[in-house]
Amino acid sequence: MTTASSTESTTEARESASPVLSARDLRVWYGSTRGPVAAVDGVTFDVRPGETLGLVGESGCGKSTLGRGVLGLLPAGAAVDGEVRFAGKNLVGMPAKELQQLRGPELGLIFQEPMTRLNPLMKVSEHFEETLKTHHPELPKDQIRSRALEALRGMGIPASRYESYPHEFSGGMRQRIMIALALVLRPAFVVADEPTTALDVLVEAQIIQILADLRRNFDTALVLITHNLGIVAEACDRVAVMYAGHIVEQGDAREVFANPQHPYTQELLRSTISLGTTGLHFIPGSPPDLAHPPVGCRFHPRCPKAMRVCAEEAPPEVLLPSGSRNTCWLPVPDMTTAEGRLPLEVEEISVADEA
Amino acid sequence: MSQKSGSLGRYFVIRLAMAVPMVLILLTLVFFMLRVAPGDPVTASAGGAKMTAEQIAAKRHAAGFDRPLINQYGEYLGNVVKGDFGTTISDHRKVTDIIVENGGATLTLALAALFVALVVGLPLGLLAGRYRDTGFDVAIRLFGIVTYAAPAFVLGALAQIVFVKKLGWLDDSSLQASPLIQASVPTKSHILIVDAAMAGDWNAVHNIFLHLILPSVTLGLIIVGVFIRMVRVNLIQTLRGDYVEAARARGIREHKVVTKHAFRNALIPVITVIGMQVALLLGGSVLTEKTFSWPGLGNQLINYLNARDYIAVQGIVTFIAVVVIVIGILIDFVNALIDPRVRY
Repeated sequence: MTTASSTESTTEARESASPVLSARDLRVWYGSTRGPVAAVDGVTFDVRPGETLGLVGESGCGKSTLGRGVLGLLPAGAAVDGEVRFAGKNLVGMPAKELQQLRGPELGLIFQEPMTRLNPLMKVSEHFEETLKTHHPELPKDQIRSRALEALRGMGIPASRYESYPHEFSGGMRQRIMIALALVLRPAFVVADEPTTALDVLVEAQIIQILADLRRNFDTALVLITHNLGIVAEACDRVAVMYAGHIVEQGDAREVFANPQHPYTQELLRSTISLGTTGLHFIPGSPPDLAHPPVGCRFHPRCPKAMRVCAEEAPPEVLLPSGSRNTCWLPVPDMTTAEGRLPLEVEEISVADEA
Repeated sequence: MSQKSGSLGRYFVIRLAMAVPMVLILLTLVFFMLRVAPGDPVTASAGGAKMTAEQIAAKRHAAGFDRPLINQYGEYLGNVVKGDFGTTISDHRKVTDIIVENGGATLTLALAALFVALVVGLPLGLLAGRYRDTGFDVAIRLFGIVTYAAPAFVLGALAQIVFVKKLGWLDDSSLQASPLIQASVPTKSHILIVDAAMAGDWNAVHNIFLHLILPSVTLGLIIVGVFIRMVRVNLIQTLRGDYVEAARARGIREHKVVTKHAFRNALIPVITVIGMQVALLLGGSVLTEKTFSWPGLGNQLINYLNARDYIAVQGIVTFIAVVVIVIGILIDFVNALIDPRVRY
């Protein structure tokens, strides 16, 4: 592990470097029988070389859609809008062929469930050969082999297993193979979509360590999607908290964890379980139906600090003195009226009215 | 590598060993079910003629049908092991001769029909699955349902109209296969087209081939719907599969993703269905055989069933069943070759 001082100096270096990938006002819709569903609704973030951005939030808040949307891996019927800048090009609206050529050598994706991600009919070696040949058709056979074995060795998979089939490996090993497969071409930007959710704790620690080594050794920019806040605290430089398709709070991971500003972040952190936990806390209710999101702030029906203005108007994004970005009415009293800041009447009443 | 082929060999041996009790159960079932069914060869052969009880009993005694069932069963099993299926009651032919003579025709028709079904069904199924919910897909599915639902004689008539009247590829003589039996080539394999080829008589091969077109297209179209549906559904599933998405995420070309990852994996369950369809074709192509007077086993089976000829029916049924079991083993083995997860 790097020392605190060196971490700080690299953090500074990183901030001065230009981003590997910048998303601006990214939107992703799915068509549904109830009308279009905006799973990602105006998201903006940057990832710099060697930086890990943690993307956290409840299930169904658009984290995975965001990760796939960036790589152009959305199912048919999904629409993308906004801008994703990578190497001077906008990935949104890029011809499918061009985007396909970027996936692998430039953009990587690591999946949640490693058990089903390898083709059961293909040997591990065939997966590597296919990937390397696609992007480096000029590479001779022995070099393909040596590069694949090197990537596998880096993940602790011995060369003797190169000719094995996927079903001959455990879940943790398969995830390491998947990571080796995603990294064999050294992409500059990698999305890891809950890479440890399906694995046990020991393997989880191993995978997180591998990802940490990755950014240190190769300056890879990483978006780590997870709902495990412990992993974010451990492995991420910055964190973006997503709720109902929006990033509600974004900033330095330590800062956000030490001084969460958005009520959703605060509630999320209160809900984590640790040895010191005496009672379980959870956020009542569930994320809203994205086909008909609530007016105003999307979190207001569940927010313990909701004010009248929250139910009327969407909050602005504010840059806080700490450097964090926060999308909430709370820190901007001068932008609201005194009446708007009165506590929102309890939700049950309006529900009763409707009934 | 040697270890791997060893486990594949082990798989094959176990699979073969499992077939023995299967055949035994089958022989037993066929034997007793025929005895339990009403009517017997003696009364059936009498037709409408009245026989006295003594005459019937005498005939039964002569044929050995009055002996305890268990004795007959034991004798039957013993003979089957020796490869002797007995002699028919109604026309005193050796059952093995019937199987050899007509089995070749059935096998020829079954394989040709399977070929038609695969050549038509696999591409159509893949296209329908790939371009799912388009007009293309709907048309292909409709085609599959209509051909599956249509009776053999209707499809046969349609095939005649298309091949004889519209395309003019065949003339009316190709409608009847019976003359084929008198084909003037020496009998060796009892599979007419092979015999003709072995004799170097290419005119005969061509002739037999022409006669084969209509029945095999008809029979192939009847089962093609099954393949279209199977392939389509499997492809839709594999296209949504996790490893397919993972392949896209590695930037594998879409064409390769579809052919190498989705198609190949979608075809595995289809192999099993091929086996089941061959089984169906061997025993169940009676309607098509009748429509085209194809001298196959199904035709013979119906005749002997009407005559309540135990010996002939149990011989033919046993033969078809054994072939089905053998095909099942072959299919399992092919599956094991393709899919590394299938091992004991």
